[in-house]
Amino acid sequence: MAAALAVRGLAKRYGSVEALAGVDLEVREGELVGLLGPNGAGKSTLVKIACGLVRASRGSAEICGLAAGSREARRSVGYLAELFRFPGWYSADEVLQLHQQLTASTGGANERHELLRLVGLADARGRRVEEMSKGMQQRLGVAQALIGSPPLLLLDEPTSALDPVGRRTVRELLEELRSRGISVLLNSHLLSEIELVCDRVAILLRGRLVAEGSPAELARSRGVEIETDDGTRLFEGASREETPRLVGELVAAGRKVYGVRVLTSTLEETYLEAVGGETS
Amino acid sequence: MSSVLTIAGYGLREALRRKVFAVVLLLTVGFLVLFWLANHFLFQNIANISPPVGSGIDARAFAGATIFGLSMFGTLFLGVVLAIFLTLGVVRGDAERGLLQPLIVRPVGRVTLLVARWLGAVAVCAPYVGAVYVATMLITGLTGHWWPDHVVVPGVELAAAVAVVAALSLLGSVFLTSTANGIAVFMIFGAGLVAGLLGTVGHELSSHQLERAAKIAAWLLPFEALYQDGLRQLTSDTTGLTGFLLELGPFGGAYTGGNSVRLWAAAYLLLVIAVAAFGFTRRDL
Ligand SMILES: Nc1ncnc2c1ncn2[C@@H]1O[C@H](COP(=O)(O)OP(=O)(O)OP(=O)(O)O)[C@@H](O)[C@H]1O
Ligand SMILES: [Mg+2]
Repeated sequence: MAAALAVRGLAKRYGSVEALAGVDLEVREGELVGLLGPNGAGKSTLVKIACGLVRASRGSAEICGLAAGSREARRSVGYLAELFRFPGWYSADEVLQLHQQLTASTGGANERHELLRLVGLADARGRRVEEMSKGMQQRLGVAQALIGSPPLLLLDEPTSALDPVGRRTVRELLEELRSRGISVLLNSHLLSEIELVCDRVAILLRGRLVAEGSPAELARSRGVEIETDDGTRLFEGASREETPRLVGELVAAGRKVYGVRVLTSTLEETYLEAVGGETS
Repeated sequence: MSSVLTIAGYGLREALRRKVFAVVLLLTVGFLVLFWLANHFLFQNIANISPPVGSGIDARAFAGATIFGLSMFGTLFLGVVLAIFLTLGVVRGDAERGLLQPLIVRPVGRVTLLVARWLGAVAVCAPYVGAVYVATMLITGLTGHWWPDHVVVPGVELAAAVAVVAALSLLGSVFLTSTANGIAVFMIFGAGLVAGLLGTVGHELSSHQLERAAKIAAWLLPFEALYQDGLRQLTSDTTGLTGFLLELGPFGGAYTGGNSVRLWAAAYLLLVIAVAAFGFTRRDL
């Protein structure tokens, strides 16, 4: 079984800008992978190559074993762009209808109702896009990506305009999709969101992959800090389990122990460390 | 096939929404009223009109062919305006607004999208040009009792000329923003007119070099050549001097024509669409 998305040695230059500099990444079947990175790291570029909007300079991207960008590959992808617009004069229902026609989906009115319900737009079916708030348009965008039940979803910051409830709705939707075996690549700047739903996280920096692993792996313990009469001592890399032994050793050496702190790094700290505090 | 219809319909709905049709309808009504007035006064004073000496054609045919030749320019212009409005932002304009990306990632090929948008534009422009052409012919025919020698061919050639301009505008939309493309295509259209003018000037001055330059320009911009061939068809069966034929157009005469031009226009159209498709498939969006 080929991976839902397999990217190998992927590179992209825009003129003198190197947006991707050789990235390897896989999204396996039914896996939810989060892609993190500072602005301009190349996250959108990677996703655009996967859905055929942008041509790679080097390397390959395959979707379910098919070359990304080919018509067959595009059949298997649902995509939500970071910047998109639907024609203002279409109603929510008509937008979905248009995309049903383009994907030759046979879901009919049932599929459209169900998707609008899933993203919390059941009451806005007949509302025109130009009369929708930004967040409502983004919800419609998520529904649009799900038309035809594609096995792979590429979502580029799908919650950037959503309110907290909307974010939660999308999070639950993602969990629901995973339970149906759908693979998702999720670009986001919301670390907490990624931490909550993703099976695996990849961090891009200046077009290169600098960290990859499950949220738990990335949010590992950083060490133990012990306050003594001799000052505060840091035991780097030590885990919580080692704390009693460390304290015992200090006491045995004649130190007075006043306080102990286990330093766990959150995904945020790991992220900041990985990107070296860069914002762009 | 069904995706072609879907995309073509999508484009037309956009035009309807942007009030393109309302603007064009208003312009058309204004044009037809003015044209009727012109015919009315022209044929009222038909006695004062004298065809070129020695041409052997009567004043009515001369007046009718001249004013109808003028209307053909107006019809072409209106058709071109409509075609440009329908196509000027299809690729880059829509991509910059974020409208294109959700469509293009669907399993509809980029070439299909381009061809569908061209077909959609032609499906509107060709009947429109045909309708204006027939309306102006009826105005001239009923007020002046003059009818062109060929009724159908000039109208078809005008419609084909507009289809060529629509293709050029689509090609431009692959590389230029909407505004830049609109300006560029109008300038190309203007260049075609200048080519016609050059021909007239060259003819008046008996400068073969200038006439040749005009001919080359008309071949480079075959919508102009089609228009000129349409003008020729108006009086092609009327005996008279070719000089009369040559001065029909308001922006120059009909120097270029014949089957070779029609074939070339068809090939040119395919070439323009092929180049646009090639450029579009290689473009990052
Ligand atoms: N069409 C383009 N032309 C030229 N350069 C581009 C283009 N698109 C992106 N870039 C450049 O490529 C790099 C990566 O951009 P990309 O949009 O992939 O970043 P990103 O990780 O999605 O950032 P963000 O978090 O801001 O969305 C940036 O340096 C950007 O300036
Ligand atoms: Mg981005």
